[in-house]
Amino acid sequence: AMSSCGTLSILRSDSYAELSQYRDQHFRGTRYDQERLLRKSCTLYVGNLSFYTTEEQIHELFGKSGDIKKVIMGLDKVKKTACGFCFVEYYARGDAENAMRYINGTRLDDRIIRTDWDAGFKEGRQYGRGRSGGQVRDEYRQDYDAGRGGYGKTVQ
Amino acid sequence: SNSSLESNLEGLAGVLEADLPNYKSKILRILCTVARLLPEKLTVYTTLVGLLNARNYNFGGEFVEAMIRQLKECLKVNMYNEAVHLVRFLSDLVNCHVIAAPSMVAMFENFVSVTQEEDVPQVRCDWYMFAFLSSLPWVGKELYEKKDAEMDRLLSQTESYLKRRQKIHVPMLQVWTADKPHPQEEYLDCLWSQIQKLKKDRWQERHILRPYLAFDSVLCEALQHNLPPFTPPPHTEDSVYPMPRVIFRMFDYTDDPEGPVMPGSHSVERFVIEENLHCIIKSHWKERKTCAAQLLSYPGNNKIPLNYHIVEVIFAELFQLPSPPHIEVMYTTLLIELCKLQPGSLPQVLAQATEMLYMRLDTMNTTCVDRFINWFSHHLSNFQFRWSWEDWSDCLTQDLEKPKPKFVREVLEKCMRLSYHQRIIDIVPASFSVLSPANPVCIYKYGDESNRSLPGYTVALCLTIAIKNKASNDEIFSILKDVPNPNQDDDDGEGFTFNPLKIEVFVQTLLHLAAKSFSHSFSALAKFHEVFKTLAESDEGKLHVLRVVYEVWKNHPQMIAVLVDKMIRTQIVDCAAVANWIFSSELAHDFTRFYIWEILHSTIRKMNKHVLKIHKELEETKARLARQHKR
Repeated sequence: AMSSCGTLSILRSDSYAELSQYRDQHFRGTRYDQERLLRKSCTLYVGNLSFYTTEEQIHELFGKSGDIKKVIMGLDKVKKTACGFCFVEYYARGDAENAMRYINGTRLDDRIIRTDWDAGFKEGRQYGRGRSGGQVRDEYRQDYDAGRGGYGKTVQ
Repeated sequence: SNSSLESNLEGLAGVLEADLPNYKSKILRILCTVARLLPEKLTVYTTLVGLLNARNYNFGGEFVEAMIRQLKECLKVNMYNEAVHLVRFLSDLVNCHVIAAPSMVAMFENFVSVTQEEDVPQVRCDWYMFAFLSSLPWVGKELYEKKDAEMDRLLSQTESYLKRRQKIHVPMLQVWTADKPHPQEEYLDCLWSQIQKLKKDRWQERHILRPYLAFDSVLCEALQHNLPPFTPPPHTEDSVYPMPRVIFRMFDYTDDPEGPVMPGSHSVERFVIEENLHCIIKSHWKERKTCAAQLLSYPGNNKIPLNYHIVEVIFAELFQLPSPPHIEVMYTTLLIELCKLQPGSLPQVLAQATEMLYMRLDTMNTTCVDRFINWFSHHLSNFQFRWSWEDWSDCLTQDLEKPKPKFVREVLEKCMRLSYHQRIIDIVPASFSVLSPANPVCIYKYGDESNRSLPGYTVALCLTIAIKNKASNDEIFSILKDVPNPNQDDDDGEGFTFNPLKIEVFVQTLLHLAAKSFSHSFSALAKFHEVFKTLAESDEGKLHVLRVVYEVWKNHPQMIAVLVDKMIRTQIVDCAAVANWIFSSELAHDFTRFYIWEILHSTIRKMNKHVLKIHKELEETKARLARQHKR
């Protein structure tokens, strides 16, 4: 059955630009503070990058939704090498929204990348939080991923 | 399916009728909004209104009044695209026995008489003409049956207006300059041909889904309402009408010989399909999966080559001049979603389209070629750059500046930006190496020992060591003091700050040290900002900085673009310097390379944004001052 109200909400729908369920556990402040920042943020977290993906490639891809203010590569805390994530900051929120709508879930370096709203870069957040220095997800990963150092750290 | 649609409509009509005593204004509001914003579902909702009117005559009357109010509002605030949807909705209400045909004809008579107004923009008359003509696929038959003499008069007035109106905009808006294989027609001319053909076919229109036909016995019992006389609101200084368009065509029935026949370019079916597909994109552009699903579930998809229509409509928007209706990257991602949903058929249509666009590069508008390059390279990067490059070997025998080889070069350059140099070498046949992009390495003139006799070579070495040892700006200045000024003989030396050799030594050395990544280069620009500002104080200084940047990074146009952007934003150079540099004779050999235009457009955009921003600040300050004076 058709619901007229449902039809109209379809027109307003913008699900790709919404906040996800993820909240940064290391965020200093309340949940409310974090959500307020997420809703006006111009910064995106980008995940599932290959360790070999360069800032230049990221700039080229994310530049398609607007002018980029800054790209900050995610680094292994110990090795100080790329560990598969980054932050992309735009000058305008609308440009970040378009990245969420059209770049999230598409490929970079043959990998499906994922973007999410970020409350804003702070010094220290460029480092992986896994025990071995990379990202947590690479700590416990069971599968072999050639672009992310092979097997997960606990498997190695 | 049709029968479930009908039973849904019947059920919904019953529910809404029962709700009318308590929720009438809400129901009116929702239906008006749907009429305005969901034109692709027009006939479903006109049927619903027809059923409600049959059950409750007063409600029908109130709805028509509300629609007229909404139409007047839309015209007042320049919402002309939505106004067309409302007019079409009203005209389809004639088919649902809600509105009496003669009163609809009368409204159209008032629309067409706008073409008699004097001293009004042509686009105003165009809109009223478009609103009339574009409703006829839905209601032409009914109106002609009831009022053929009046309709003939209207059509004759239409014809004479279309003959006398100006069409100087057409060449500016055409994607291809050639008329073969498909002429790029002015939109009103095309629509007029389609309506003339419809009339010749005695107004038989078979594509539009008309749910009200199933309810004819109920609806023809209903009492109809007369539209109140509608006077088009007068033209004002604030009126902004839609821009004229050229109809984009790339396919005809010969392109899909196996499948259903594609309606001809002058068939009204073609118009309706394209209108509806464009409306679907307009409704769902933010939701790419929904958009793709809605496009693919367009009714009648076994009677028309739907994939071809969809691809054509998407490219029509992507190549629209001056600008696409939505951000370019949306179309790339939408096409990818469509390929995911129809993996057995859509990729082939897309490949066929790409091939056709390649074949016709010679007459394609340069802006459109740029968009084609950006789309194709981004698309390939999502599919491991798989493409049958050998099919395009014909371009290898042509001069490198010709459109086809140039296109391939630019595509490969863009593909490299999304991957890396060796990848591009690997994905093309060896014969294509002449078109492959340069390895994007930095060229440091003072790094080559054979250049050690160049003036500034020793200073460059000093500078390198100093910077590596984290020298301050002051230390840098004192090192640079040792650089002679090649221009000194030409000048009396008073207050002359432009020293091209100093700029060269400093910028070459710094950019070389910071060559590792964009971030390294940006940090360098920030750390030594003061040095840059001093060296580039004069206009010649700014121009020379840009020249040196080019010399260092000519293999890496992407780096040049981001450096120029950063230098403008940090006011090391200004927009005028960039323009002078781009149009200088030294850069003439690169004039037709797309990265130059990327930089120029980006510079102009930044300038525009800046002007808008300070204009806004000026207006706000003026307002504040005015408020101060009032006290």
